[in-house]
Amino acid sequence: MVGPKVKITEANYLKIKDICASFNNNPGELINILHKTQGEFGYLPEEVQQVVADCLGIPVGRVYGVVSFYSFFTMKPKGKYAISVCLGTACYVKGAEKILDALKSELKISEGGVTEDGKFSLDVLRCVGACGLAPVMTINGKTYGRLVPEHVKEILAEYAD
Amino acid sequence: MAVKMHILVCGGTGCSASQSHEIVAELNKELVAHDLTDFAKVVVTGCFGFCERGPIVKIIPDNTFYTRVKPSDAKEIIEEHIIKGRKVQRLLYVAPDTNQSVPDSKHMEFYKKQLRIALRNCGFIDPENIEESIARDGYSALGKCLTEMTPEQVIAEIKKSGLRGRGGAGFPTGLKWEIASKSRPGEQKYVVCNADEGDPGAFMDRSLLEGDPHSILEAMAICGYCIGADKGLIYIRAEYPLAIHRLQVAIQQAEEYGLLGKDIFGTGFNFEIELRYGAGAFVCGEETALIHSMEGKRGEPTFKPPFPAQSGYLGKPTNVNNVETYANIPVIINKGADWFASIGTEKSKGTKVFALAGKINNVGLIEVPMGITLREIIYEIGGGIKGGKKFKAVQTGGPSGGCLTEKHLDTPIDYDSLVAAGSMMGSGGMIVMDEDDCMVAIAKFYLGFTVDESCGKCTPCRVGNRRLLEILTKITDGKGTMEDLEQLKNLSAVIKDTALCGLGQTSPNPVLSTINNFWDEYVEHVVDKKCRAGQCKALKKYVIDPAKCKGCTACARACPVSAISGTVKNPHVINQLDCIKCGTCIEKCKFGAISIQ
Repeated sequence: MVGPKVKITEANYLKIKDICASFNNNPGELINILHKTQGEFGYLPEEVQQVVADCLGIPVGRVYGVVSFYSFFTMKPKGKYAISVCLGTACYVKGAEKILDALKSELKISEGGVTEDGKFSLDVLRCVGACGLAPVMTINGKTYGRLVPEHVKEILAEYAD
Repeated sequence: MAVKMHILVCGGTGCSASQSHEIVAELNKELVAHDLTDFAKVVVTGCFGFCERGPIVKIIPDNTFYTRVKPSDAKEIIEEHIIKGRKVQRLLYVAPDTNQSVPDSKHMEFYKKQLRIALRNCGFIDPENIEESIARDGYSALGKCLTEMTPEQVIAEIKKSGLRGRGGAGFPTGLKWEIASKSRPGEQKYVVCNADEGDPGAFMDRSLLEGDPHSILEAMAICGYCIGADKGLIYIRAEYPLAIHRLQVAIQQAEEYGLLGKDIFGTGFNFEIELRYGAGAFVCGEETALIHSMEGKRGEPTFKPPFPAQSGYLGKPTNVNNVETYANIPVIINKGADWFASIGTEKSKGTKVFALAGKINNVGLIEVPMGITLREIIYEIGGGIKGGKKFKAVQTGGPSGGCLTEKHLDTPIDYDSLVAAGSMMGSGGMIVMDEDDCMVAIAKFYLGFTVDESCGKCTPCRVGNRRLLEILTKITDGKGTMEDLEQLKNLSAVIKDTALCGLGQTSPNPVLSTINNFWDEYVEHVVDKKCRAGQCKALKKYVIDPAKCKGCTACARACPVSAISGTVKNPHVINQLDCIKCGTCIEKCKFGAISIQ
């Protein structure tokens, strides 16, 4: 497994236990449990998966199998502001790759990367369903549409804190 | 005083992203300021469909259709339109052909040829208020089924209507229900709604769920009555937070009103619905993979048979239909199978919702009768190609579909004609491409998607598609040979024949259909090392026209790899071996001396 090693505190251990218990420790609810756990911690490091596996009474391999299968789950922490560029077909034909290139050169990271200060992370996703606004990107869930590469700088400036 | 005017504001994902919530807040503020809250009411609705011109604000009863509204326009809308009854001219839609403004949506080209059955309530009702749904016949079909019809009669009606699955494959819905109803009678069964809309560039299901969640719940309950299930599950993408929220609200309200839950309409019929969330895996749109995902497992497909109707969720008989399929059910029950069957073509009845996107003037969500031609969709509803460019192709069916070209423009669209033309209906994504799109690059784009999304279970899909992608990359890098083109065709045929599930079997379609329709372009890439659309970077050649070059040195100074040489006031030259084709020189040249060959 990849991703940083983390030591789980007692409080966090109890949080995960509570989440699993709220789904009756039912392995059939694994995906919902992982959604909630990732919502709590921002990502799913190895140690967190181990706790989930223990609570549900299933091998950690099964938890990892699910985490690695679905693109929504991540084992690496994201930036404080998570940027996702839509590379769905509608955005692609309207130049989404140029937006991605502009972000890469502005942030000096590649897809899947996080800036050194941990402020921004950059990912691509397939279609947020706002094709009328293509090309689009989202930052922590906020959608920016009808983009041209020149917009990138000003949008990032909104997050100067 | 009763409310006499309604101000409908689109609260779909697209318009929400363009500040439609701020518009609502401003409108409400103005209504309060003018003491008009008893006279006019702001309603947040689902998608109107005309996303290109969003955010949309519509005034009822006069049907005035305002486009590209900004929060700062709220004051004028209230003071001019609501108080003085004068339309705000500058916000009206202007028809591009006549340059006249069109105040009423019914007269807009975009809506004229549409027929809204599945989308009947989208953009009309507040999806978070069950009473607005009930006022438009919501749950009356469920009442009719439970109190006046036997399950067999309902199934017979659906069969007679000719409704086919709207998820893409087009399996007859009534037959599917009949199989599920006869499977292992008396056992626990499940009704599943597939809302895992994964095709890039498709937003039909999302808009339906956001705009009219109750009709989906109602149809699932009807299905439960028919097949003998008391439990429904909606599998929805986690990427659709607004649709999830609206469904949660709708389920809660339906339970409060006794329209879901125990003893519905006092008939002893029980039905409850739960949500299950996807986690970003395209293959989960395939029904067996979807069922495994709902069970908390990796979403890998399994071989059919057994079909879900025999052994589905938790091994029990399960009926899986797509969102749009369900949306048609209540109307068929209320208006009758004969009415529904009178719309469409011989083998494809009713309407189809398409998400029209790409290089087209009117991007949006449309619903049209089966049998309409592509020409009508693109040039009448869609308003033609953006920027007056030349139409090249339209892609339907997403990564499983293919391209339709000029010669297909007058083919009536239905399930069978699209397959005959080398594409497929798919779930309804329709991406329009113009002369600036390279068809080899498009095939590569879809293959990149499939390679990312292949679950890895079967070799043809996992390995075969990767090889296809490598060959396509070789071609767009200018290193392809004619043997590569043969290899593409052979390998595609093998993957089609041998992959395990629908995703794998259809994954070579974008390659095959572009080869069939745009063979010349492939040959140009391979033999002439040329990309006519100018999209394949490696095949671009930047040249300076010595007659136009003034020797200002701007390009040479800007070139990041110092590939441009020349002296002041003398024509410059680009060294092709060093050039990285970044395009900086073109941007810097003030004299238009640099072009791409």
